[in-house]
Amino acid sequence: MPAGFSAADFLYILPELVLIGGAMLLLSLSVLVPRRDGLLLWTALATVAVTLVLVVRFFGLDVTAARGLLAIDSFAAFFKVIVLLSAALTLLMSAPYLRVEGIRVGEYYFLILCATVGMMFMASGVELITLFIGLETMAVSFYVLVGFLKPNPRSNEAAVKYFLLGGFSLGILLYGMSLIYGVTGTTSLAGIAAALRGQDTSLVLVLAVILVGAGMGFKIAAVPFHMWAPDVYEGAPTPVTAFLSVGSKAASFAMLLRIFVVGLPALAQEWSLLFYVLAVISMTVGNIAALTQSNLKRMLAYSSIAHVGYLLIGVVVRTERGVAAMLLYLGVYLFMQLGAFAIVTAQRRSDIIGDELKDLSGLSKRNPLAAFAMGFFMLSLGGIPPTAGFMGKMWLFGAAIDAGFIWLAVIAVANSALSIYYYIRVVVFMWINQEEPVGSPIVIGPAMKVALGVALLGTVVLGIYPQFLFEQAEVAARTLQGITAATVVGGQ
Amino acid sequence: MEITPAHYALLSAALFIIGVVGVLVRRNIIIIFMSIELILNAVNINLVANARHLENLVGQVFVVFVIAVAAAEAAVGLGILLAFFRNKETVNIDEMNVMRW
Repeated sequence: MPAGFSAADFLYILPELVLIGGAMLLLSLSVLVPRRDGLLLWTALATVAVTLVLVVRFFGLDVTAARGLLAIDSFAAFFKVIVLLSAALTLLMSAPYLRVEGIRVGEYYFLILCATVGMMFMASGVELITLFIGLETMAVSFYVLVGFLKPNPRSNEAAVKYFLLGGFSLGILLYGMSLIYGVTGTTSLAGIAAALRGQDTSLVLVLAVILVGAGMGFKIAAVPFHMWAPDVYEGAPTPVTAFLSVGSKAASFAMLLRIFVVGLPALAQEWSLLFYVLAVISMTVGNIAALTQSNLKRMLAYSSIAHVGYLLIGVVVRTERGVAAMLLYLGVYLFMQLGAFAIVTAQRRSDIIGDELKDLSGLSKRNPLAAFAMGFFMLSLGGIPPTAGFMGKMWLFGAAIDAGFIWLAVIAVANSALSIYYYIRVVVFMWINQEEPVGSPIVIGPAMKVALGVALLGTVVLGIYPQFLFEQAEVAARTLQGITAATVVGGQ
Repeated sequence: MEITPAHYALLSAALFIIGVVGVLVRRNIIIIFMSIELILNAVNINLVANARHLENLVGQVFVVFVIAVAAAEAAVGLGILLAFFRNKETVNIDEMNVMRW
């Protein structure tokens, strides 16, 4: 056993180990027993399910494992559950799409699981190198996944753009990290916080905050670092887009919260201002750009940029309630966003791509159930009352007012009102626009039914009874704050 | 003249700026990719110089990870670029116009 590591450390990373083992098994199975797509799907789903069960047990714990590299706490567990649920729903909605596109499923499922492993390390890393390796494990898997449709020029182009801007943002992020290391002499977040306590803010540190903020801004697709998002979302295979917009965003938010709230509380004023500006322009630009889109995936991309703006409120406010509300909103966002993308995925048939807004016309006649689900997800994304989206926004904006950020809340409410226009437009297309149906009828297979059912159930239940999730989110937010308070030894 | 940590910091900052400018103004994807590698090397110089200055090994460990990740990125990135080139017969970023940039 390597020096300094104990058996307990391996117990704490057991979920990740299971996921890696499952991914390796999948890769071997895809070679040993080719053309057994069902078996591969079940293996992938079973791996994710086992990991989920193992992760849930860690909820309520608050320990640092592997010599201060990983925190096994409620905060990490909360994000790991979100990431694993989004991976499971993505796997469920992928199968028919992969068949239509003629994708080899073995590598595809393998890469989804690899990206999930990276996200899990981003959720629990409390040290810059660990966070960076987690981020790259996720990003490199996504570069391949985005370009998975090799003969398709849109997919190629999306992959090249994502790769170039991802690499560029990584460079900026790392330069910021190297400056932080230069000032503090450690890469452990708790050590950085301890080294900076009581020190004057130097110019180098402000520069480091801007660089790390910009690097993370690329990963969560906040304006003005959002240029890649619409193109990548449009060009990538639709289930990958879904996973990218939920899983990678959630994991990046976990990493962002850890770095800034745990590692850099000494510069809270500076980064709070930075994220204030990013939040306001993200929601405004995202919503205004979404108004004019005719492609459904592009529209959802701009809508997700606007949602990043809302989510950043939690970072700006940085109170326990604010962070808890942000975690709650991420949980809600998981269901409604994946649900909307599940419908877009089901639109892809052998004779039609189906990601244009007009392809939805008359859906209420052709497939009432799909139209109803899509309508519900749109209302939830827009934040109309009986849905989960409304509850999430209420907590989030309430937390902003509570902490004295009245103008931020006002801008966010105005933006939500604006956003309802383009969400309602989708509903109008499905119900009122009765053009001749294009393409063959939509078939929703059993796996897709499960994915849609879970997404719909989540959106409905969290709309009626969000308290349960909010309590978990509060516990998770409290562990994050707790780390800030406790002084931990330096990171060597 | 004695070489102080400030010299290394300046060298690293210069490389970083050259890399960023390269990414922003060049149109050839391969050259943009090389500029990204330049940024990563600026990071490496900064880390190694700081590790030496602080007499602390964490920075050197960081560099090994950055180099490994840069290699992984290069492998994946060139693969993606190859797939792109097969369809479009170009590596010019201005001809990536299937979708609005």
